Amino acid sequence: MSIDTDTARKVAHLARIKVEEDELPALAGEFNAILGFIEQLQEVDVEGVEPMTSVTPQRLKRRDDVVTDGDQQDKVLANAPDAREGFFAVPKVVE
Amino acid sequence: MSELSKLKIAEARDALKKGDVTSVELTEACLAEIDAAGALNAFVHNTPDLALEQAKAADARKDAGSLNGIPLGIKDLFCTKGVASQAASKILDGFKPEYESTVSQNLLDAGAVMLGKLNMDEFAMGSSNETSVYGDAVNPWKVDDRKLTPGGSSGGSAAAVAADLCLGATGTDTGGSIRQPAAFTGITGIKPTYGRCSRWGIVAFASSLDQAGPMTKDVRDAAIMLQAMCGHDPKDSTSADLPVPDFEAMLTGDIKGKTIGIPREYHMDGMPDEIEALWAEGRKMLTDAGAKLVDISLPHTKYALPTYYVIAPAEASSNLARYDGVRFGHRAKLGQGDGITEMYEKTRAEGFGQEVKRRVMVGTYVLSAGFYDAYYNRARKVRALIKKDFEDVFAQGVDAILTPATPSAAFGLGEMTDADPVAMYLNDVFTVTVNLAGLPGISVPAGLDKQGLPLGLQLIGRPWEEGDLLNTAYALEQAAGFVAKPKKWW
Repeated sequence: MSIDTDTARKVAHLARIKVEEDELPALAGEFNAILGFIEQLQEVDVEGVEPMTSVTPQRLKRRDDVVTDGDQQDKVLANAPDAREGFFAVPKVVE
Repeated sequence: MSELSKLKIAEARDALKKGDVTSVELTEACLAEIDAAGALNAFVHNTPDLALEQAKAADARKDAGSLNGIPLGIKDLFCTKGVASQAASKILDGFKPEYESTVSQNLLDAGAVMLGKLNMDEFAMGSSNETSVYGDAVNPWKVDDRKLTPGGSSGGSAAAVAADLCLGATGTDTGGSIRQPAAFTGITGIKPTYGRCSRWGIVAFASSLDQAGPMTKDVRDAAIMLQAMCGHDPKDSTSADLPVPDFEAMLTGDIKGKTIGIPREYHMDGMPDEIEALWAEGRKMLTDAGAKLVDISLPHTKYALPTYYVIAPAEASSNLARYDGVRFGHRAKLGQGDGITEMYEKTRAEGFGQEVKRRVMVGTYVLSAGFYDAYYNRARKVRALIKKDFEDVFAQGVDAILTPATPSAAFGLGEMTDADPVAMYLNDVFTVTVNLAGLPGISVPAGLDKQGLPLGLQLIGRPWEEGDLLNTAYALEQAAGFVAKPKKWW
């Protein structure tokens, strides 16, 4: 499976990373090198093997569904590039 | 004065207890060394005022913890309250967490002093510390005019400990990022079993692989520091609710009757003779110490790196989705008419470096519709087989596995720039299996190559048996008698 510039453009958009048009061929080349390396996995016999979900056999702990945290609006917003009136501010999303 | 920073944690602890030295003296000595070591670019955010304040508090403390007054460096991947924590990335420029990571809090609770934050590869993605927004960290070891890599991603931690800028440092290890830099700089580094250290407050790269661990001047210090770092944390759902044994008390150096496995698949084609020779030397040391060596097979070893380069980018692409210019860090300047999508795309293009972008996009690709089964699910199945390889040999009675830590000694900064990204990935060929299987692994300095650069051996242990693993490492350390130090040039 070889990746062309159209696929590279699509992947960049899915990842929300702007890649200039003239950089796409080089990016596609790098993808192909890495995917070529990954391709070896196709030769492994994985018949009947369950995909790993947890590397250590453990049950995730449960807790009561109650509020354990909160009332930290100032701290939550302290590192925001643009915070106004207690909210994160972003460019207009809906017309 | 400067001699004090050369102390090991255990030595400093004993000297502090006896009253031969104060934490303020130790801390000042380290701060002076850090100031004089700009050429290593190991410390990237210095916190001298905070350090001295913590040292004074340690000197005044009555019921002292296990690390009371010990000055340490903290990898930039750990969130530290009120202190810049940016994972060596431009995208977290200016980020000062409102909270402290569990591991660094555990160290502070044990009385440790934080000297500052340490250089690393951006988001821990790299094996040479060359992807950092702060610039390269430099290995204190040198054999000619070239500046050498301290390894990565915990390159700043490794350089700082090897150059005696601090008594110990934290690292994190997703594919070898503690053990490879430890080997490149002649120090000790252990990655514990997945779940031993809480991941809470550590900037996430690949959540199913990431583990924190100590980087220290010897095995005893690793035991002391690991003990303080680990423990159950309800804030990390994968943190193990298991008692933490007294690792230091388990260091007897007695490994008589232990069974050490030698995996045949780790004899790689084209492996340098010196690495083979070091490995043979290590086998002899363990045999002389009374261990029994057995040849073992880990048949899926060759698939570990390709598996890793599906799973780690896939998890990274999800974890790094949070860097969108909204809640923290960098936001790109927007042009007329730019909407929210342009904001995301420009912010991430400006904020992430090349290697991070590459891995996020590879991860996006392997998780995308149509490829999820062929790549991601298949990699998870192969990962299960890699883990089973280890379970099978442990079931045969193997206590630990001995391998080389790295396929070479430290290489020159910039030497791999034009290489294929895959060539850099091969640095982790001996370490990455351990992360995929969730096992504890330790790198112990074992000798010098012909040029005079340090080489390390790796021991891999059974899950949750870090104490036993540290003891085997202790026996290896005693047999190897590695005492070489880099000659000061910085």
